[in-house]
Amino acid sequence: MGKISKSPWLLHYDASSCNGCDIEVLDCLTPKYDIERFGIINTGDPFQADIFLITGGVNSQTADVVKQIYSQMPEPKVVVAVGICACTGGVFKDCYNIKGGIDTVIPVDVYVPGCAARPESIIDGVVKALAVLDKKHADMESKERKQGLWKTSEVK
Amino acid sequence: MPNRSIIPFGPQHPVLPEPVHLDLVLKDEIVEEAIPSIGFIHRGLEKLVKKRDYKQYTYIAERVCGICSCGHGLGYCLAVEQVMNIEVPDRAKYLRTIWMEMSRVHSHLLWLGLLGDAMGFESLHMESWRLREKILDMFDETTGGRIIHSVNQVGGVQRDMDFAMLNGILHAVDDIEREMKPLVRTFLHDYSVQTRLKGVGVLSADEAVSLGAVGPMLRASGVDYDARKLGVCAYGDLEFEPAVSKDGDSFARCEVRLNEIFQSFSLIKQAINKIPQGDINVPVKGNPEGEAFIRIEQPRGEAVYYVKGDGSKYLDRFRLRTPTTSNIPPMVSLLRGSQLADVPLIILTIDPCISCTER
Amino acid sequence: MEDFRSEIKKMSMSEFFPAIVHMKSDGWRLSQICATCIPGGYEMSYSFCRDYDMVTLRIEPGENEEVASITQIYPCAFIQESEAAELFGVKICNIKPDYRNGIYRIDEETPFRDKE
Repeated sequence: MGKISKSPWLLHYDASSCNGCDIEVLDCLTPKYDIERFGIINTGDPFQADIFLITGGVNSQTADVVKQIYSQMPEPKVVVAVGICACTGGVFKDCYNIKGGIDTVIPVDVYVPGCAARPESIIDGVVKALAVLDKKHADMESKERKQGLWKTSEVK
Repeated sequence: MPNRSIIPFGPQHPVLPEPVHLDLVLKDEIVEEAIPSIGFIHRGLEKLVKKRDYKQYTYIAERVCGICSCGHGLGYCLAVEQVMNIEVPDRAKYLRTIWMEMSRVHSHLLWLGLLGDAMGFESLHMESWRLREKILDMFDETTGGRIIHSVNQVGGVQRDMDFAMLNGILHAVDDIEREMKPLVRTFLHDYSVQTRLKGVGVLSADEAVSLGAVGPMLRASGVDYDARKLGVCAYGDLEFEPAVSKDGDSFARCEVRLNEIFQSFSLIKQAINKIPQGDINVPVKGNPEGEAFIRIEQPRGEAVYYVKGDGSKYLDRFRLRTPTTSNIPPMVSLLRGSQLADVPLIILTIDPCISCTER
Repeated sequence: MEDFRSEIKKMSMSEFFPAIVHMKSDGWRLSQICATCIPGGYEMSYSFCRDYDMVTLRIEPGENEEVASITQIYPCAFIQESEAAELFGVKICNIKPDYRNGIYRIDEETPFRDKE
């Protein structure tokens, strides 16, 4: 397990969902499910976040906000689409103002199904995301090493 | 020389799970004007009525909002039933009432938790949400869903509750009622809660009426109006009095919601004691033709549903005036003259539901 | 439920504004405003509640006919009138306060209007 995945920080944003998945995301942080016991903390600041939990289909207004938040997050970062609307657009797919799933705007690493997604599956999704985060982190380090950005001996 | 500035509030904001957006015009620390804007969760659900037939649309209506979903499904079904002249079996009416009151308890506990969070009182937040889980467990057991239940259908309800389930609800209610007591004590008598809430965001009764406030917001200003008194579902057979408070400040709104939780417990118990045996739905034939207005009391206040059908299987128009839409004008007026640090708290005390408002 | 009044009154455009003033002085509160597209124009329904009674006033403006805003009498109407104006394209004039860019942030203009 890498250093970041031992204590990843979450950022949550609602890109036009019905609220159902959002309160389930918050539910994960409260006593019954309590993902804080795994070292996961909810943050409001994109600059401090490692995992981006995003709910709902994207509409014309939120597309830019989602892109902006995504670009503010530091590398390595993982995007988890929570709920069926975030995956494909779900029941709202035919709405005139909905573009579709989150992957129409930013790359998504983990898809969590459900309407609304249950806390158990959200936690599952986050755990899957941790593996992706570790892999991305390792890839980044080896790339930087190759470029000679740091000398391994000095870091250790 | 005071400094005037405009700052955007939201859409991504730590206090609220939803993307609310306001432009605040500030004179130093004091808000001069708050300009609301809508559109971050606007999906255009009212338009979808032309693409889904009227029975399928129940599912869309429920997904207007994940917190008020039970009520939206119910309101939509009631409106279609009124247009089509369908008399729902008595047992279905009682079941609807029980689910509706359970969703009120869950919504108010959620709000109390968010209020605790906004004040920085984390233990209140966690405790309220812990108690809320018991209601969600009962929803899970009786409907199969934690927050989106899909139990209402045109003509009745989809699921029945057996004796064990009703008993389970009674037990859960008793548990929460017992464990709520220390929570109520803290919310109503704790010094730090009082300093944050008392005298903040005062709305007088006249203002509340002329600005169109609804629900706990209206009742906290001393106006005795609760759409449940219209007697929709089984409310006509049950005994309750609207929870009213006088001061009109944030504290009064908190007090009204706390009292409503206990009122809902009493309504659930009464309904479970009185529930008759029988069918839970009637077969529905034909298509709606005509129009109807329906008002029901959602956890956040009175919601108005309007359905207009032309005899085809697709409705002509479905309109939903949600409680938060009505509560935005009073909120804008409350924010005028408030301190910047109180803004999140005042916004929270109207219990905004942005998904509902924007649809 | 049947004990309480709920009726819809149709009226002409000229009767409309005096009727709104009358509602206000009679102590009715605004409950909702709803716009519906009908062939050749719109159907505007203004619902008012007093205690548990509900009355809906209905006018049918033509497609390009202007409707006076009721925000002078019912200030809280601005949000629902904006909705009718911005989503349906009903010509409502003098909405106060006037948020010039509109309350709805959407890309499409008047998306709820029936297009031929």
